[in-house]
Amino acid sequence: MKHFLSLTRMRIQLTVRNKMFIFFTLVMPFAFFFLYAGVFAKGEPHAVAYFLGPALALTVMGSFWGLSAALVMYREQGILRRFHVTPITASDMLASSVVANFVLVLPTVIAQFLFCRFIFHVTQFGNLFSVFLLIAVGTVSFASMGLVVASVTNTMQETQVINQLIWLPLIFLSGATLPLAFLPKIAQHFAVFLPATYLVQGLQAAIVDSTTPWHLLVQIGSLAFWTVLTFFLAVQLFRWEPEVKTHRRAKILVAATAIPFLLLGIWEYRVGTITSSAQSMYDALSGPHRSGSQQNPMLK
Amino acid sequence: MGNPILRVENLVKSYGNVEAVRGVSFSVEEGEVFGLLGPNGAGKTSTVEILEGLRDPDSGTVSVCGLNPQTNSTELKHEIGAALQSTSLPDKLRVMEALRLFAGFYKRRRSPEDLLKRFGLEEKRNTFYSQLSGGQKQRLALAMALVNDPKVLFFDEPTAGLDPQVRREIYDIIEELKRDKKTIVMTTHYIEEAEHLCDRVAIVDHGKVIALGTPRDLKSHSGGTTRIEVRLSQPASNGALSTLEGVTDVRELDGAYVLHSRKPPKTIVDLVKHLEGNANELVSLEIASPSLEDVFIELTGRRLRD
Repeated sequence: MKHFLSLTRMRIQLTVRNKMFIFFTLVMPFAFFFLYAGVFAKGEPHAVAYFLGPALALTVMGSFWGLSAALVMYREQGILRRFHVTPITASDMLASSVVANFVLVLPTVIAQFLFCRFIFHVTQFGNLFSVFLLIAVGTVSFASMGLVVASVTNTMQETQVINQLIWLPLIFLSGATLPLAFLPKIAQHFAVFLPATYLVQGLQAAIVDSTTPWHLLVQIGSLAFWTVLTFFLAVQLFRWEPEVKTHRRAKILVAATAIPFLLLGIWEYRVGTITSSAQSMYDALSGPHRSGSQQNPMLK
Repeated sequence: MGNPILRVENLVKSYGNVEAVRGVSFSVEEGEVFGLLGPNGAGKTSTVEILEGLRDPDSGTVSVCGLNPQTNSTELKHEIGAALQSTSLPDKLRVMEALRLFAGFYKRRRSPEDLLKRFGLEEKRNTFYSQLSGGQKQRLALAMALVNDPKVLFFDEPTAGLDPQVRREIYDIIEELKRDKKTIVMTTHYIEEAEHLCDRVAIVDHGKVIALGTPRDLKSHSGGTTRIEVRLSQPASNGALSTLEGVTDVRELDGAYVLHSRKPPKTIVDLVKHLEGNANELVSLEIASPSLEDVFIELTGRRLRD
């Protein structure tokens, strides 16, 4: 436990000293935030609150990039090797990076709330406890997913390619960039198989409809279960040494991370609660506020 | 000798089709500086990494501080310190932060402040790792190996890639540790380093120990002769050279002739006469007391360095 805390402190210090961090944790999330709040929502409080969900989801999911890149770099440079001759364990190493990342994401999340309140005059933030739980499981689960990718790829290039392949569908087909209800039906069917969809929809429901954690059990529970699974796999697949290459079998094992949302997706596909909830929030947004000049360009 | 602190028996390790370690055995006494000397790829690093608990052997038994590195790896790591090859620290970690962080991982520890002083890094305490010179990085690596006041130290090629002056500094540090009666296992492909620092040396080649003893023992192995290395303007026959007075052995090596002689002055006079008689000339001549290099050449027919 003590090791874990000192490692976490080190990771926080190092991340703050890193310029890449400034980009991924500050510049990128805020760029999206202002794009959503200022352009999509036209600064209108009700719409800003609607777009806060996707903005937070993107901030949270950014953990995926940062952690995988850092771990691969540490392994390639022989930094992990140095830690390997100490009594540190793989779970100390991985858990500290996940927690450090969580601590660093929180200020960005809080800043986004403050901007909503003071720049865009949003007064209703829905159920903040639900929001907090979703941010927590979201950050930790996407961070762990990044660690899994880092553990099965051998070079930085390979990591970046796999990251892109996972990242693009996650952000474009989950409602994190374009509202889910705005997407074609076929894309909506696909979306229910992505963990990001549950994060985005959960956050929106918590903020817009003040949904309680109890009513977001599916979203919070599935992400929490996914966190445990991905973190467990990341520890199993962890490699200290750059020369030790991943087995093919390990790469196949990674497919296991898709299973929970594959099963949940099949169920969701039949009952359709996520898509219908996304649709009703979207309709509510464009409905009462639909009036010529105020109309959102996205919401025809 | 008493109770070895480290024991290796019949160690074998392969990577795919490559047999890196092929039945290595040796033991190290407490307070001893033990060297593994051999060319790159001889299996030294693999052997050390197994002793540190970083890799599992295919077969053979290993015991370090009474512990099995395979089964008691965490306990063992509290007892050993290591400066490994090709390791690094995060660029933006400061010297003092690194020492404090690593000291925090152990049950037993030394004051990072004292280590900073002892390794002459006081002025660099707040410097980022990426801004240190090669020598400073290596001094930090050695200081970090000592943070837990270990019973056994492993230094894998501690001076590889450093310039001669920095290498001297590292030698001084290792000698000081030797005076403190630290047990050190080091690998090197530098003859001087092994001769100078080690109490006993195992010469390793192709994954096997081909000779083991004190540097003095190993050298007397080559018969207490003096080594004379000559280059000639024209080739001479080995046969003719071996008949020179006092010569016990002649080898041709990279275009030079290496003679081992029991009576060096007589051999040289005789050599000059022989060359005059054969219209041959001396291009260069070097005389040296036998080194571990000669032992290596004698055993393998190759030079140690590439």
